[in-house]
Amino acid sequence: MPIELQHVTYDYMPGTPSQVRALDDVCMTIQDGEFLGLIGPTGSGKSTLIQHLNGLLVPTSGRVLVDGLDTRAKGADLRRLRQKVGLVFQYPEDQVFEETVYEDIAFGPKNLGVPAEEIEERVREAMALVGLPDSLMKRSPFELSGGQLRRVALAGVLAMRPEVLVLDEPTAGLDPLGKREILGHIRRLHERGLTVVMVSHNMEEVARLADRLVVLDHGRIVLSGTPREVFAQGELLESIGLDIPDVTKMMRELRKRGWPVRTDVLTLEEAYEEISRYLAGTKAGGVR
Amino acid sequence: MNGDNRAVVAEALVHTYGPDESSGVTALSGVDLEIKRGEFVCIIGPNGSGKSTLARHLNALLLPTSGRVLVFGMDTRDERNLWEIRRTAGMVFQNPDNQMVATVVEEDVAFGPENLGIKPEEIRQRVSDALKAVGMEDFSRASPHFLSGGQKQRVAIAGVLAMMPSVIVLDEPTAMLDPKGRKEVMETLARLNKEKGITVVHITHHMDEAVHADRVIVMYEGKVVLSGPPTEVFSKTEDLAKWGLDVPFVARLGDMLRKSGFEVSRSALTVEEMVDELCRLSSST
Repeated sequence: MPIELQHVTYDYMPGTPSQVRALDDVCMTIQDGEFLGLIGPTGSGKSTLIQHLNGLLVPTSGRVLVDGLDTRAKGADLRRLRQKVGLVFQYPEDQVFEETVYEDIAFGPKNLGVPAEEIEERVREAMALVGLPDSLMKRSPFELSGGQLRRVALAGVLAMRPEVLVLDEPTAGLDPLGKREILGHIRRLHERGLTVVMVSHNMEEVARLADRLVVLDHGRIVLSGTPREVFAQGELLESIGLDIPDVTKMMRELRKRGWPVRTDVLTLEEAYEEISRYLAGTKAGGVR
Repeated sequence: MNGDNRAVVAEALVHTYGPDESSGVTALSGVDLEIKRGEFVCIIGPNGSGKSTLARHLNALLLPTSGRVLVFGMDTRDERNLWEIRRTAGMVFQNPDNQMVATVVEEDVAFGPENLGIKPEEIRQRVSDALKAVGMEDFSRASPHFLSGGQKQRVAIAGVLAMMPSVIVLDEPTAMLDPKGRKEVMETLARLNKEKGITVVHITHHMDEAVHADRVIVMYEGKVVLSGPPTEVFSKTEDLAKWGLDVPFVARLGDMLRKSGFEVSRSALTVEEMVDELCRLSSST
């Protein structure tokens, strides 16, 4: 179920003095099974863009085709669209409101009119997908840890059995362990065939997971490519206020100091290989 | 208290949430801690390690189940000290939106001193000084609603500063901010510590924010498990991983290089420091 954005422009409050252009002529296609990372500084249009993917917002001009279906078309089945493209907002736990974990996760499928006997099966399946034990089912969401609560919110979207999962800063505010857990679940969901679109400030995080990155600035796509291709453009990324990964920063700096090292490395291990290889050939290696 | 250079002291501090010690949840199980005046301390630890509970003891928002906490010599269990402790130890929380009380920045900053019954002209002076100290003087008439996350946190810090505190305790003030906002807040804290000598207790998940602290305190399961300068703490890569903490990239790289026999200094914790160190190493004889 590919999603295609054709010359999408979106204005907040069009025709008023406070009109703001949030998206400006955005063209992109999200392929089936892809893991797309969407990065950009605050206010670059990331959140506006992802709300177009399930028809929560429709373009001021241009069009969004989800599986060939125009989200602006009269009679477009938006309900079905929102089931197929599951959107997990920032701090989704703020929207958890039911009395039990079970009720909260069941909320989406119930609204879709899923038969009662199937709902429990879906809730169990969704909880398993995000690593929540069945024993939590009857608990109040408010007794859970921050990381668990976020996984409840994610399970609520998964219970609708979407084909595309769109996540807005899924690790914001979590501790390192909570981050690792939720990223692990997202990676496994992708491996099971789900298309994933993930918005993140943390470039190290998206670099490890995404097949492709799209960089937004002032509502426009300024860069797109594999993580390696994108991070090789360190200067451009820094100029729009993005925090480039330390590993990239360091290799660039060494390069500036005359070290013949690659600057497109993404991981600690790659950086270690490059640096130790060069050091071994210098006096530091010679005196060992 | 003359000659006492300790800002904050916790002695055998135990905190239990719930009805009583036997059926409650123990968040702090015997914390001993001393923070010196003028020190910049970072407290790190996974969720549920007791960091936030400890922070709330430092300005008497919580009181010990057993043990005691002294803030500039004042025992938090003594009710008569309450107001002075709250003024001396200012608190900044994670979510900037929940901390804003007024519709105009300068009124928000004035809120604390107004409650202390300070004279209007002095309040104006304090508000203007505080906003200047956090670099927000140009926004005094702005509505907090239109500020970025980093700017809101700086206003929250100004609100605390207007109370003329001696120590500022911040509970994950950068968790909800983007990289730019985080940088703004960190630079503000470093400046207040250096220029005004304010003691800073900064609780964070971001290990890279801890590399410039005077001291890093690691909490795990309600206890202080490690305390020392960043170079020492971040060299314990295996322990930190065991406690569910991330080690900054540069520290891990240094560790790997040392294991391969390269004599990389443990004091290189930032990208700049590591690049200098590597260049020194490659050209040394």
